[in-house]
Amino acid sequence: MAEKSATPGVAPGDRCAIGISFGNSYSSIACTIDDSPVVIANEDGDRQIPTVLSYVDGEEYTGNQAKALLVRNPKNTAVAFKDFLGQDFKSIDPTHCHAAAHPEDKNGTISFTIQDQVEGEPSTLSVSEISTRYLRRLVQSASDYIGKKVTSAVVTVPTNFGEKQRDALIKAAQAADLEILQLVNEPIASVLAYDARPEAKLEDKIVVVADLGGTRSDVAVIASRGGLYTLLATAHDYEFAGAQLDKVLMDHFAKEFMKKNANVDPRENAKSLAKLKAESEATKKALSIGTNANFSVESLAEGIDFQLTINRLRYETIARKVFEGFNRLVEGVIKKAGLDVLDIDEVILSGGTSHTPRIASNLRSIFPGTTAILAPSTSPTALNPSELQARGAALQASLIQEYESDDIDQSTHPAVTTVNHISNAIGVLTVSEDGEEIFTPIIAPETAVPARRTVHVEAKDGGNVLVKVVEGGTHIKVTKPEPKVKENGTKEDDDEDSDFDSEEEEEEHREKIWKIGSTLAEAAIKDVKKGGKVEVAITVGNDLSVIITTREVGGKGGVRGSLKAP
Amino acid sequence: MATATVVSRPLLALPADWSAEKDFKPIGSITAFTQRTIEPVGPHFLAHARRARHKRTFSEDDRIQAQERAQKVEKDEESEESEAEDPMMLQREAKDWKSQDHYQVLGLSKYRWKATEDQIKRAHRKKVLKHHPDKKAAQGSTEDDNFFKCIQKATEVLLDPVKRRQFDSVDEKADVDPPSKKEAAKGNYYKLWSRVFKSEARFSKQQPVPVFGDENSTKEDVDTFYNFWYNFDSWRSFEYLDEDVPDDNENRDQKRHMERKNTNARKKKKAEDNARLRKMLDDCSAGDERIKKFRQEANAAKNKKRLDKEAAEKKAKEDARLKKEAEEKAAKEAEEKAKTDREANKKAKEAAKNALKKNKRVLRGSVKDANYFAGGDAAPAQIDAVLNDVELVQGKIDADEVAALAGKLNGLTVADEIKAVWNAEVKRLVDAGKLKEGEAKNLA
Repeated sequence: MAEKSATPGVAPGDRCAIGISFGNSYSSIACTIDDSPVVIANEDGDRQIPTVLSYVDGEEYTGNQAKALLVRNPKNTAVAFKDFLGQDFKSIDPTHCHAAAHPEDKNGTISFTIQDQVEGEPSTLSVSEISTRYLRRLVQSASDYIGKKVTSAVVTVPTNFGEKQRDALIKAAQAADLEILQLVNEPIASVLAYDARPEAKLEDKIVVVADLGGTRSDVAVIASRGGLYTLLATAHDYEFAGAQLDKVLMDHFAKEFMKKNANVDPRENAKSLAKLKAESEATKKALSIGTNANFSVESLAEGIDFQLTINRLRYETIARKVFEGFNRLVEGVIKKAGLDVLDIDEVILSGGTSHTPRIASNLRSIFPGTTAILAPSTSPTALNPSELQARGAALQASLIQEYESDDIDQSTHPAVTTVNHISNAIGVLTVSEDGEEIFTPIIAPETAVPARRTVHVEAKDGGNVLVKVVEGGTHIKVTKPEPKVKENGTKEDDDEDSDFDSEEEEEEHREKIWKIGSTLAEAAIKDVKKGGKVEVAITVGNDLSVIITTREVGGKGGVRGSLKAP
Repeated sequence: MATATVVSRPLLALPADWSAEKDFKPIGSITAFTQRTIEPVGPHFLAHARRARHKRTFSEDDRIQAQERAQKVEKDEESEESEAEDPMMLQREAKDWKSQDHYQVLGLSKYRWKATEDQIKRAHRKKVLKHHPDKKAAQGSTEDDNFFKCIQKATEVLLDPVKRRQFDSVDEKADVDPPSKKEAAKGNYYKLWSRVFKSEARFSKQQPVPVFGDENSTKEDVDTFYNFWYNFDSWRSFEYLDEDVPDDNENRDQKRHMERKNTNARKKKKAEDNARLRKMLDDCSAGDERIKKFRQEANAAKNKKRLDKEAAEKKAKEDARLKKEAEEKAAKEAEEKAKTDREANKKAKEAAKNALKKNKRVLRGSVKDANYFAGGDAAPAQIDAVLNDVELVQGKIDADEVAALAGKLNGLTVADEIKAVWNAEVKRLVDAGKLKEGEAKNLA
């Protein structure tokens, strides 16, 4: 990610930087207070600000005020415009704008025709102009909260945001007098938000970030190695997202309405549809919090009021297809990364749709018990999924705001960010209780080099010990009634089998075990005290050369050796 | 990741026949790797980028970071460095607080008026911890809390901005004495005076104070400096040296008298201080080579102007003179020329007159030669008539024609020939209408 963008002119000392999560459905803004991120509420008190811009009689509305105007002023209300930035008209999906201002192709730029003045002809506003106006309002809200003019921001973008889209976003922000310090991938911002908690420990882990939004779902597999994040695989889905859940509820309520009022379909009238959609979304959110929710719209269609209570179970039943879609999406991307659910240490649910308890519990069921599912319904310490990205962005903003924009550009240059990653783990051999040689990983696979890790290995009996450094791979051992060990290479095929199996055969047991690979080096430590410990430090250099240092903890000397780069 | 995880499983035992040089046996190298992009996000990436951009290894980076941290700590400690306590100071009575050096009591002699509030607070805390009377009692010494009271008093004065100013006003230990002429002459004139003014600058209401500069300062800087100091606005006051005003109500007159005395003393001291500063400035500027230099430069510039002006005047005068001479010369020449012309004309006229006279004589002679056109002796009347006619013809013709006629007549002696010439002439004149018919008939 090389941002050639930042407006020169804002000196690091004068910066006031925030984090912005600019979404299709909702956006949020966050700043850091004493190094901890705080999500800022706008003047309406909303922390999730709908990405909607509406004009009534020349008056500009954003957020929930604008969203409410979708019912009676849809033509002058722009929604879901963020994904259109820097795109061709050919490649955009205007579905979500159906009940609002429609995107048009004006000389190759995507534009909306909106009456933004009191009088005169409606103006043609390009997507970047709309974004600029919306961002300006976000920045204004943040400035009002902080009490200082916000000059700079870190903005999150989806991992499949192209170079043109990034440039378009940066330009739109610059037009709103906002310096973009850096664009950060959304899933990474979410991981950062979790890793920056004071109680978080720095460990090597594989994280799945499921960002379930309103109009799209993005899932990413990330290797977190010593605080360095590497994307292993990503998937983007426009079929399974919050809007589909709204649709399910809308259909449900429409049908119920038609049961009472035959031949009146609220979905056929634009105004009724808008009301139905708005209330369905509210009901969906209520169902994420309580087990029952009330759907109530005055004059839904033809002047008839409608009220209905729905419980969570009913909702989960009718929305089952969509929920299962999320599961498949997550499983698919893990497979794409060449991993198994057993390799995943953490699943972070982010995005507004992640509040739905069922989605979290579904994911809980496909992952092993050791995997932490970080969602409000499964983990009491989980952060608000809607706020993760803004928090992560704000943290990043506070980290880099004191640097010159040149420095930031140079540090994010591909020459710095593209590095070798070792494919196999590196570890030492230890003895298990039953006398077998067991691989103990020191450096996990997919670790970016240069990397350095140190372990202390116990040497119970003391005396002379052998430090045998080897590479290691994992494979999934499936214990069925007839135990059968499968190799790493065929693992991917196993996944689907075993998934089906696991539902039927309860006794099947899958576990991840290490396979000892090629030996890298051997070293001897002599005369270790009884009950002493041996320190093994492995440093892998930029060029994949390895330096191994080992000594008795508290002892003198030690053995040091190096291996050539391959 | 410098922290080590602990593995509870034991290592392999060393086989008895294992041996290697230096106990290390390299066998293979890493077999598989991929190139991926790490996300430029998070504190650990910043560390990575720092290492990558400065090409440091882990241990180098650790060391440099540790050094940076260590330096900070060291600096902190340096500022905490305590100064030795003068045993005489420890014996001070708290009631003599007016004469005590508060900065010295708190161990801030090095900083004096430069000490920050934070430094004073910390110094106070340190001294309190050391000299608290309870601690002394615990050590078995008598309950002597005099120095502790000194510390408290010093802190009280120094932490109150008003009192601190009063004390700073009379804190002579912070003064820097102006250098004597001898000292200044040794070459470090600017350095020595700079120090003096830096210390005096603490009294300025206006901050920052212009710096004294050095021998390379510009004229503007030096001017600003002296202007500032000659108009120095000082907050220095001398309340601190006031004599104690009796606080009892018994003698109001006495009290008022003391107050008046104090006010007068303050005024006097303030005036003295102003005079002192003025004298110091005079001394300083008197020895300031820069002022001399600037004056010389200014004089040189002024002289240059004057010389230029004089030269220009001289030149203008010379030019005027030359011009006048030339004009005079031209006029004289013209006059001379006119004179010669006039003389020439005169001569020519005389010559012409003479020629005419001569010619007329020739004409008259011719008629005489022709015997007045009379045969025999001419009667006087005849002579007169002829001569009158000759006169008449002469009057009618101009000098050239007289000359021409004279030419024709000259040399002729025969009366008829002469007569013919005269006839022709008269005829010509009659034809030309100069003579009327019948006139000069004696000649015709």
